[in-house]
Amino acid sequence: MNKKMKLFLAGVALVATLAPVHAEDKPTIEIMSSWTSGGESAALNVIKTEFEKRGGVWKDSSIAGFGAADAAFQNRIVAGDAPGAKQGVIGLAAADFVNQSLMNPIADVAAAGKWADALPKSIYDLISYNGEVYLAPTGAHGESWVFYSKQAFEKAGIAEEPKSWDEFFAGLDKLKAAGIVPVAWGGQPWQQTKVFNMILLSRVGIDGFLKIYVDKDKSEASVEGVKKTLEILGKLRGYVDDGAAGRNWNDATAMVITGKAGVQFMGDWAKGEFTVAGKEAGKDYGCMITPESPGMVYIADSIWFPKTANAETDNAQKLLAEVVMDPAVQLEFSLKKGSVPMRSDVDKSKLDVCARKGLELMTAGNIVPDQAIVLTPQQVGLLDDFVDEYWSSGSQDAVSGAENFFSIFE
Amino acid sequence: MHTTRKRNFSATFALLPTWFAAIVVYIGTMVWSIRLSFTDSTLFPSSNYVGFAQYVKLFSSAKWLASLHNVLIFGVLYVGGCLVLGFLLAAALDRKIRFENAFRTIFLYPYAMSFVVTGLIWQWMLNPTLGIQASVRSLGWETFVLDWVVNRNMAIYALVLAGIWQGAGLVMVIALAGMRGIEAEQWKAARIDGIPVWRIYVSIILPQLGPALAAAGMLLAMGVIKTYDIVVAMTNGGPGNSTEVPAKFIMDNLFGRQNLGLATAGATVLVLSVIIAVAPFRYAMYMRNRPKGAA
Repeated sequence: MNKKMKLFLAGVALVATLAPVHAEDKPTIEIMSSWTSGGESAALNVIKTEFEKRGGVWKDSSIAGFGAADAAFQNRIVAGDAPGAKQGVIGLAAADFVNQSLMNPIADVAAAGKWADALPKSIYDLISYNGEVYLAPTGAHGESWVFYSKQAFEKAGIAEEPKSWDEFFAGLDKLKAAGIVPVAWGGQPWQQTKVFNMILLSRVGIDGFLKIYVDKDKSEASVEGVKKTLEILGKLRGYVDDGAAGRNWNDATAMVITGKAGVQFMGDWAKGEFTVAGKEAGKDYGCMITPESPGMVYIADSIWFPKTANAETDNAQKLLAEVVMDPAVQLEFSLKKGSVPMRSDVDKSKLDVCARKGLELMTAGNIVPDQAIVLTPQQVGLLDDFVDEYWSSGSQDAVSGAENFFSIFE
Repeated sequence: MHTTRKRNFSATFALLPTWFAAIVVYIGTMVWSIRLSFTDSTLFPSSNYVGFAQYVKLFSSAKWLASLHNVLIFGVLYVGGCLVLGFLLAAALDRKIRFENAFRTIFLYPYAMSFVVTGLIWQWMLNPTLGIQASVRSLGWETFVLDWVVNRNMAIYALVLAGIWQGAGLVMVIALAGMRGIEAEQWKAARIDGIPVWRIYVSIILPQLGPALAAAGMLLAMGVIKTYDIVVAMTNGGPGNSTEVPAKFIMDNLFGRQNLGLATAGATVLVLSVIIAVAPFRYAMYMRNRPKGAA
């Protein structure tokens, strides 16, 4: 009897210690992202902090590298063990998942938060599939940026931002003469494709760009535009350093931050790296849109909400969607990540010079979508192959290159 | 007779789980993959059959052809290099040198490392702005060039170099074990005949090591087909297509490019080529062993 009593008491004590853990049923979410660089993780932390403040529990499953994170995500989906949230771009990339009904719609959150009024229509369309909202947009990135080190420009004697490609190359020559690496080049296919697109936009204009990528138009003008683009791209080869092949984008940014290199072509997430390094836009570094470009290529990130067959996670997803679209979070997130807020009703005065430039172009509608939004992942891969092969083969033959370009749409 | 059958039955029964695993896990998934290669599957499996369309696409892809070419160069040089270097190292250690244990450990150590670590180390060493080139230049030799990982024509050899560094130790251990198994009498006899040492190794020792080296070569060759991590860590297939390999092509299409059909077509081609390469070898082994079994 005594023994039994002891056991009973021990059991009660055990349950008592364990109970509080079980009693809390906070909405828990596991989020998979590839946001691991300094600026990126600081931005993700903004969402995390607010999510936790509202009573959620946050489990971070970040994996460095967009491709690696995607692969892990697909594995988990196929294995029936989907995470509660996944960071990904808006547009066609998510379409397959939605069409296979692997995603939870967040239409009610969107309706309650009046997202349709707060977001530009083009974005609202891209987060909706079959008339329902599925993605919670975090921020838009401009991808037509050339970041330059003011210190390097000064040293090389470049007084003002080059307006044309001719001036730009003259500037690069000066940088080279001053013993500075002219272009901090990230020799990975996706980065090279971004540069290709920036140049393409500056050569064919907004309508021409959309014609090529959306209508897959292969007219004389389109081919000519691609040819001119390849010529400029080919010329840039002479201005990169030996270690460019395979370099990560943030390592390239670091070269500009330290003044080792003059310019970097990159999306505005590079600003996050500058911010983490304590550099200020307009003072330590400058940002200009690619020479002769009438607008800006953009990409937009969002949070996806996979189906998990767990009601608790569904609630956590709704909470996360609310948090992501909260005006204060949108602004703070963009400041940290270097992006442009999605909501048009946030306080613009806090944004830096570059973000304001980007926002201007965005509100004026002078933007074209990144290839990941308008092309299927297969086509995006072929485009990467095409640009990478042209860049690293050292080919000077822009004419047949331009012909080959259009085979990626076949 | 009766007992034999009984024993066979219990043995078969005990092997059932293994058979099940082999059939379902290996053959089942293989059949499934081959089936998918005839469909237009993208992100998810579909059952819309398109015949050989994926194979046509595969063999018109410059990237795939480059990857086959690369894996062939890598495979021949890597396996050959490991066998030669491994044999030489084993012969050197076999000379009853001092600190043999220490050297053996040092030479085998790289094999204990993963390909990712090996790849990263060599990537740093061969990177012109970080590694050997930068250090030598900072010592004063300004024109020194060692840029293998970023040089399109040399990148594949950088992979071979790193691979050999890692794999030679394994061959060494296997070959050394074989050499230790050779009777000392043969050495004495050869000495009396006044045969030079190198000749003893080439004409007497090497032929006796045949089976051991064949086993080592087989192990390495299997690694070649699977080559993936070292490429990802060192060059990620670049510059351009210069270090693209089939396994990486398949992984890229499987995940990044959401192109299941093309990826499984690539995997099928890989399996077929392995079977074609291995079948004659297995057949020869079978023919050689049969008389013994029949007797």
